[in-house]
Amino acid sequence: MTDGDMHEVSLTVNGVQYDETVESRWSLADFLRHKLRLTGTHLGCEHGVCGACTVLLNGRSVRGCLTLAVQANEKSVETVEGLAPTETELNVLQQAFWENHGLQCGFCTPGILMTLTEFLRDNPDPSETEVREALSGNICRCTGYQGIVAAAMDAAEKLRNSGQ
Amino acid sequence: MSTHLVGQRVKRLEDPDLLSGRGQFVDDLNLPGMLHAAFVRSPVAHARIQNIDISEAAALPGVHIVWTARDLPANMHNRRLLLQVPNPAILHTITQEPLASKETCFVGEPIAVVVAESRHLAEDACERVNVEYKPLPVSPDCETALKPGAAVAHMEFQDNIAAQFTLGYGDVEAAFRAADHVFQDNYFQHRGTANPMEGRGVVAVFDPIFHNFTVWSATQSPFIIRRMLVDMFEVEESTIRVVAPKDVGGGFGPKGMSYPEEVVIPALARELSRPVKWIEDRREHFLTTTQERDQLWDVSIAVDNDGKIRGLRGRLAHDAGAYVPWGIITPYISTTTIAGPYVVPAFKFDTTAVFTNKPPTTPLRGAGRPQAVFAMERTLDLVAQELDIDRAEIRRRNLIPAEEMPYKMGLIFRDGAPVIYDSGDYPKCQAIAVERACYNDFPARQKEAREDGRYIGIGIANAVEGTGLGPFEGASIKIAPSGRIVLQTGAAPQGQAHHTTLAQLCAEELNVPIESVDIVTGDTNAVSLGVGTFASRIAVNAGSSVKIASRTVYGKLMKLAATVLQVREDDLEMEDGVIRITGEQGDSVTFSDLAKMMNGVPGFKLPEGIEAGLEATSYFQPSQAAYSNGCHIAEVEVDPETGLVSILRYIVAHDCGNLINPMIVDGQVQGGVAHGVGNALLEHLYYDADANPVTTTFAEYLLPTAESVPDVEILHLETPTPNNPLGVKGAGEGGTLPAAAVIAAAIEDALRPFGVRFRDAPILPHQIIEKIAVANQ
Repeated sequence: MTDGDMHEVSLTVNGVQYDETVESRWSLADFLRHKLRLTGTHLGCEHGVCGACTVLLNGRSVRGCLTLAVQANEKSVETVEGLAPTETELNVLQQAFWENHGLQCGFCTPGILMTLTEFLRDNPDPSETEVREALSGNICRCTGYQGIVAAAMDAAEKLRNSGQ
Repeated sequence: MSTHLVGQRVKRLEDPDLLSGRGQFVDDLNLPGMLHAAFVRSPVAHARIQNIDISEAAALPGVHIVWTARDLPANMHNRRLLLQVPNPAILHTITQEPLASKETCFVGEPIAVVVAESRHLAEDACERVNVEYKPLPVSPDCETALKPGAAVAHMEFQDNIAAQFTLGYGDVEAAFRAADHVFQDNYFQHRGTANPMEGRGVVAVFDPIFHNFTVWSATQSPFIIRRMLVDMFEVEESTIRVVAPKDVGGGFGPKGMSYPEEVVIPALARELSRPVKWIEDRREHFLTTTQERDQLWDVSIAVDNDGKIRGLRGRLAHDAGAYVPWGIITPYISTTTIAGPYVVPAFKFDTTAVFTNKPPTTPLRGAGRPQAVFAMERTLDLVAQELDIDRAEIRRRNLIPAEEMPYKMGLIFRDGAPVIYDSGDYPKCQAIAVERACYNDFPARQKEAREDGRYIGIGIANAVEGTGLGPFEGASIKIAPSGRIVLQTGAAPQGQAHHTTLAQLCAEELNVPIESVDIVTGDTNAVSLGVGTFASRIAVNAGSSVKIASRTVYGKLMKLAATVLQVREDDLEMEDGVIRITGEQGDSVTFSDLAKMMNGVPGFKLPEGIEAGLEATSYFQPSQAAYSNGCHIAEVEVDPETGLVSILRYIVAHDCGNLINPMIVDGQVQGGVAHGVGNALLEHLYYDADANPVTTTFAEYLLPTAESVPDVEILHLETPTPNNPLGVKGAGEGGTLPAAAVIAAAIEDALRPFGVRFRDAPILPHQIIEKIAVANQ
């Protein structure tokens, strides 16, 4: 396999339009990280289990390592870089992670934030069990999950109260 | 107003960047002209390397270079990685070659390396490197390896014994003769992996003008890597800068080792005069990053009728894997840990470290202690059952009383000093855990559950952990001309929030907001000496250095301000970067004013009696380890049909001395328990009879998920250690130590109607079903 097998892709990432050329074998995560230099999306296992590379593709969570960049053609991608309203602020979910000690090394965090972004949009009033089930496809080796679950519950409540 | 930061649940300084995708991990480095490396790795556990043909790979478009061992710099030929922790008990001090030249001793050992325009092309080329192997007999596990005539793990050795030592005290023979009872059993805790979510990774640059290297590695120990590189390249220390990026995605021990890739990538960067990057993938992590736990324990205990321990003896066979990069630290710690928090009047253990054709084992969250705790606590459960004494009660009777602190337990620790438990109240620690768990009501709850057809059980286990070992970890504090405070340390974090905790300590001393402190960690250019982040040692070592250096800078600031303002120091107060005369208005100087002044005016003297530099560096050297302790209680439910175990409650009573940031300590304990849950119920690295790994993905090797880890109920005792100025003890590993023991005990208790006993960890569902089936026959 050489660099010969190239494709044009046109997509939006966090609302910004990109038109790029990419090899067919490039994963979406590699494309985001190494072509677009959006390094917030992390690769933890590259076989679709750990969930660190989770991004939203047309609003649904996907594994960035199991999705090819060409599959994102004509689609919209949301990544961790697009969550905060401004460079100096955090959104409600991010803020809840900060306040509830929802991260330690922070490597799995972008994927977890994207998983929960989708989950809380679909299920604004979850039980703790539902949160844990939603997180079951994201592995965190540092925290033991307690802070993550607390952050998700806290964010859900704040989002409900703010009507967001 | 003073700034009270120490002891507070201060939010982490690290978080906003990590939450916004602005982390700086090693793979996020993108340097102009950077090339990408991939390694060809051994597919067999033990073989002679007959021939390597790189021609096809080297000819591929985009490939810059392909190296085998013979292509390494000449001075590295026949040279192996530096043994970082020597010990006279090691019989064969063998470590890895940067690239294996004649013999490969485990699956995954690097044989060749390709550098190409992209990682994709480098991996393509690796597949075109043709290596001819002549398979050799395999040493598959530490039990087989010790048998007479066993296959040897290394061609050059006659047997598989890496090291042997005996530790003991007291008259063990007499103790066993005099005791009312002697009980014996064997225990085994299996290999697991660190599996931080970020694997290892290296980026290296060689500057051909100054002839120096800059090496970024996702490491716990930049200074340890520098030592290795100085040795391997035979260059001056000043020509090598090793940096752990600001963000390292977890470590847990194995990232504290130094690895072949950390030598090969800089050598390639020098050869090619281009930056070179290598990022470990998950399969490589399973194959090559050091592992831990395989230990076979044979434990005999001598007790009286009342359950009081008279003596402990036995043997430990420790699987070292193929090499001993970290010496025999792990089995040494194991052997000195087994007596734990209990009064053991006589003790003797024979320990053998054994070579196998598997990845090397080095400290991994707990560092040999979880196995020792498992062996001891399972032994006490056996005694409790045999003598019909409650399990908490037999422990209570044997715990070292608080009034006997400091307690000299009889053994010599790995630092050569006697093991002296410096402080702690072990009985109280157990008592608060027992109370919180409603332990004494459990039999009634269990009876009720059984009537409903549910199998619930409870377990209890204690542990003591030597933390905060020396020799030192440095920190330097400097007031910048802007007035901001620059805190630099060689200590490198991987999620423990060193930036936050060290800034808390500094900001409190200088009475400034924590945001005024800029922190540099993990850089060999930041301070001149360093060791590394392992053994729960940074709060003790670097934390104390920060406090001491900050105090010194405080003194310098006050003295200079007094000179400038022409008052006595007693008349000054310091707050928020301003030093002012107490009670008056207007007369003040800022840190910035003083720092600029101290930059000096060319040709003019500094004020009389003032030493140059608003800065100080400290290397705190603890006199000995600070011993943390804890008591864990777990309540579980077991489904005997499926073998599934649910943890219903998990209580940790923990004493790590003073807490700098209780939120972060709680996070360490909770995370440590999660790792222990993996060791207890999930994580088992399987190898076939030829030492081929068969669990090399997260689908085959299960890590704890949000559904398998309980919310831990954490209780703190705070018994300050006298061994450092902060009174702190390490907190990073205590959560893991007793977890496998306490969960095994709870499962056994739940399944008491079946009369099964568990001697190994992890305990997987199919093993539970098999045990029940065997017991029912």
